[in-house]
Amino acid sequence: MSMLRKLLTASAASVSLAIGLSAGVQAQSLGTPVNENQLQNFDLIAQPDGSGYPEGSGTARQGKAIFERRCVACHGMNGEGTSANTRLVGGDIQSEERPIRTVGSYWPHASTLFDYVQRAMPADAPKSLTSDEVYQVIAYVLNLNGIIEDSLVLNKESLMQVEMPNKDGFIDSSQAL
Amino acid sequence: MSKQELEKVAANGLINRRHLLGLGLAGMGTIASTSLLGADAGLNLEIPGWSKQPGASASGYGSRSRFTDDMQRMAGNPNPLYPGGGASRSPLHQLQGSITPNSLHFERHHAGIPDIDPAQHKLVIHGLVRQPLVFSYEDLLRYPMVSKIYFLECSGNSGSLFGPNPADGSAQSLHGLVSGAEWTGIPLSTLLDEAGVDPEARWINAVGADAASMGRSIPLNRAMDDVMLALFQNGEPVRPGQGYPMRLFVPGCEGNISVKWLTQIKLTREPTHFRDETSKYTDTRLDRKSLQFTFPMGTKSVITSPSGQMKLERQGIYQVSGIAWSGRGSIRRIEVSADGGRTWADAMIQSHQSEKALARFSIPWEWSGGNAVLQSRATDSQGNVQPTRSSLVTEKGNISTYHFHGIQSWAVNTAGDVANVYA
Ligand code: HEC
Repeated sequence: MSMLRKLLTASAASVSLAIGLSAGVQAQSLGTPVNENQLQNFDLIAQPDGSGYPEGSGTARQGKAIFERRCVACHGMNGEGTSANTRLVGGDIQSEERPIRTVGSYWPHASTLFDYVQRAMPADAPKSLTSDEVYQVIAYVLNLNGIIEDSLVLNKESLMQVEMPNKDGFIDSSQAL
Repeated sequence: MSKQELEKVAANGLINRRHLLGLGLAGMGTIASTSLLGADAGLNLEIPGWSKQPGASASGYGSRSRFTDDMQRMAGNPNPLYPGGGASRSPLHQLQGSITPNSLHFERHHAGIPDIDPAQHKLVIHGLVRQPLVFSYEDLLRYPMVSKIYFLECSGNSGSLFGPNPADGSAQSLHGLVSGAEWTGIPLSTLLDEAGVDPEARWINAVGADAASMGRSIPLNRAMDDVMLALFQNGEPVRPGQGYPMRLFVPGCEGNISVKWLTQIKLTREPTHFRDETSKYTDTRLDRKSLQFTFPMGTKSVITSPSGQMKLERQGIYQVSGIAWSGRGSIRRIEVSADGGRTWADAMIQSHQSEKALARFSIPWEWSGGNAVLQSRATDSQGNVQPTRSSLVTEKGNISTYHFHGIQSWAVNTAGDVANVYA
């Protein structure tokens, strides 16, 4: 974009934002307007309220093959992990001697599983799964943890209904000083 | 004046911090002549070789003395099962002052360091705003900036001290996930105001451009306060390992929320509950409830010299030196003990004492060859006092190992070996 066009766009944006802003602030408006449609392939944020999920669906039965092909090298055949950091299954947060935290025993929201696998996994090729494959493979991880049936079709509606065992286990401390 | 007349301010050899400030010159002179010069009185000084031939020319990019090449971060070996993941720790025991050189600033990456071309990088602000905006690097360089000195500490720093037995470690290996720097950038509020915050918005969700697209949610009230979009560190563009071309910087808070390679800020009503604010970076209490979004780092200090795995080669005067910081204010006071916390003396704070920055302290100490346990205890401007290790572990338990800020104990034995102990 030419400098001139940029400045024109910037001043057009500042006019539309003018309410309540001082002239000094307007002069610094250098961002370029975008709309949410232009961000569809960019914004991966998927929240517990069901916002941000792509179309698509899958069952644990379908996910098993993907898990065995794309995940077991680091997470083990049954999600038992190859390190403390990569265990995906089991554990008991209430245990006296060894409270172990996994997707099954600790995570409060199933949405986090979708959000994280879509953005960061498999660690050797992140963002290489299709949306269907993400639904399938997280259905498999939830099923390995005994949280859903292997026939449940996971999609953006059913994912929101999944209840995680430790859903009441967290306290928001964000406003603590 | 004899050595014995130096003003002892606490047991086991701690000396009034003013002695080395020039106020105790008589005492100083005595120390110097006994411990430093006396033994080599017959030495004849010659002009050294490097004073007899021209040295290297000026260069385009500086490098350190080859005699300091051993000053290295401590990084784990690459792990094919965690590509690009891991951390490197600052050599605290070899550094002085309160600013960490950029090349030695600690790092923690979840999927390696991306190789970002700033001409291609975008920062998007969207969600609950009047006008979603995208900024280029060039756009951002045209904003007015502020410069602030802050510490940055990984929430997992010193985590091994939650363990039941003291690890054999150094200041670097145990505590090296903290560093200090001057950060320069744009107050985030400037950019959020430009996009126009919707009154419904309560959180910002910050996402990096690394392969993990690392994300964290931060309350909007905090984001509008002192949070910065940092573009420069110690005067140069933020380095790739620190988020080039830009990172979020949230002063005083666990390092993970200062999202590196920042590319997206989405304003929402609720937090995303990213994996790194649910599965990780949460603090499970003894009652098995877990605290989420525990941002500020505790009031803390650590003696960096003498420190673990060092050896005191001879008796006499040492400077006990270290760093202190608080996520809730500035450092007001540092006390040092040489007898495992029974008696304490005030150390000198030799650096600036600004908010949420490292402060450097020191106090002279005479080691007379006996056993000693060195400790430091920080107090911040809010009156928060660094707790003992045992009271911290009793209170928090050790199911989670984040936010350790208890007192570190370094034992010195009669052979001069310094080791991490629980005292
Ligand atoms: C190359 C190794 C590797 C592969 C392949 C891999 N992962 Fe991972 N995974 C990791 C590592 C390492 C972590 C921990 C990352 C961290 O702590 O930053 C992780 C973390 C996770 C977590 C979060 C665990 C927790 O409790 O926080 C989930 C869920 C996950 N992976 C799912 C998957 C799925 C599903 C696949 C297959 C599609 C997969 N991973 C493939 C290495 C891998």
